[in-house]
Amino acid sequence: MGLESEYEIPVLTTTVEKMVQWARRSSIWPVTFGLACCAIEMMAMSCSRYDIARFGAEVFRGSPRQSDLMIVAGRLSRKMAPALRRIYDQMPEPKWVISMGACASIGGVFDNYAIVQGVDQVVPVDVYVPGCPPRPESLIYGIVQLQQKISRQHLA
Amino acid sequence: MDGSALLALLQQAAPGATIDAAPSVDVHTTIYVSRDHVIEVARALRDAPELRFSFLAELTAVDVWPREPRFEVVYVLVSIEHRLRLRMKVRLHGEDAHVATVSGIWPAANWLEREVWDLFGIVFDGHPDPRRLLMPEDWEGFPLRKDSPVQIRRPPHVAEPLQVTAEEFRQNVERDRLSRSEM
Repeated sequence: MGLESEYEIPVLTTTVEKMVQWARRSSIWPVTFGLACCAIEMMAMSCSRYDIARFGAEVFRGSPRQSDLMIVAGRLSRKMAPALRRIYDQMPEPKWVISMGACASIGGVFDNYAIVQGVDQVVPVDVYVPGCPPRPESLIYGIVQLQQKISRQHLA
Repeated sequence: MDGSALLALLQQAAPGATIDAAPSVDVHTTIYVSRDHVIEVARALRDAPELRFSFLAELTAVDVWPREPRFEVVYVLVSIEHRLRLRMKVRLHGEDAHVATVSGIWPAANWLEREVWDLFGIVFDGHPDPRRLLMPEDWEGFPLRKDSPVQIRRPPHVAEPLQVTAEEFRQNVERDRLSRSEM
């Protein structure tokens, strides 16, 4: 990007790819998908004290059709797995997934018959956020990591 | 009313049934009832005017594997009218784990019995809706049995069958298209 001052008109030039990457990473709308206690931290992250609006990701949507990001916040039971996959399938491309917390990432302390040992068995995960539960700062860091990942994703 | 008085009353209300006092570490009276008399005793508990256990607070089971009889189905009952609590237990052998349903007497037992069947594999004869409650429909085994493995390594099912048939889906699309063309 550069200001084309030699023509003395206020114009910025860039590439389509950079423009699209900027647009995508600056308004990551997450789908409301809280499964357990991690969802409380996710809500805290979206509220005034941590204020994820600074990164353009504050608009939690109730419909997967309007969402770009799924934050899997909590333990996923085997019975819930088809529902998670269905919501993921209903999200329009491009879409990203953050696996929030130990339970979503590897099963956490729930190493038993009922809990899926990592949501990457169900949906492709872009960013794993460790913690039990992760503090809102950790999740914000995860979203920033995702933004950097989006700015590296090529259009073609 | 103390435990023995309650037991005497109950024996009077259900004369043919085998009712024994069971050990208890707390203040609640606990009784053992044989499997064949569950319905009879339950009806007497609910309907006898001096008992009136109208509220089934909890229905669950205990697995004491490898001892036999292996299962105890536990009914926790409350008499709101007389301010009484009673714990009724039915012992069942592992290879013959079935007992009559009490959902006709206390409708609250419906889902509780489904849960016990789901997790322990105890069959409730005559249950109006004997489906799994907590586990997925295609689950094999009963996870709260003591001989059931806690940790399993099996990929999760990620797909569900469609909730509409392909024909219904096409009809919906066609109806939608027609309603748009009329506008």
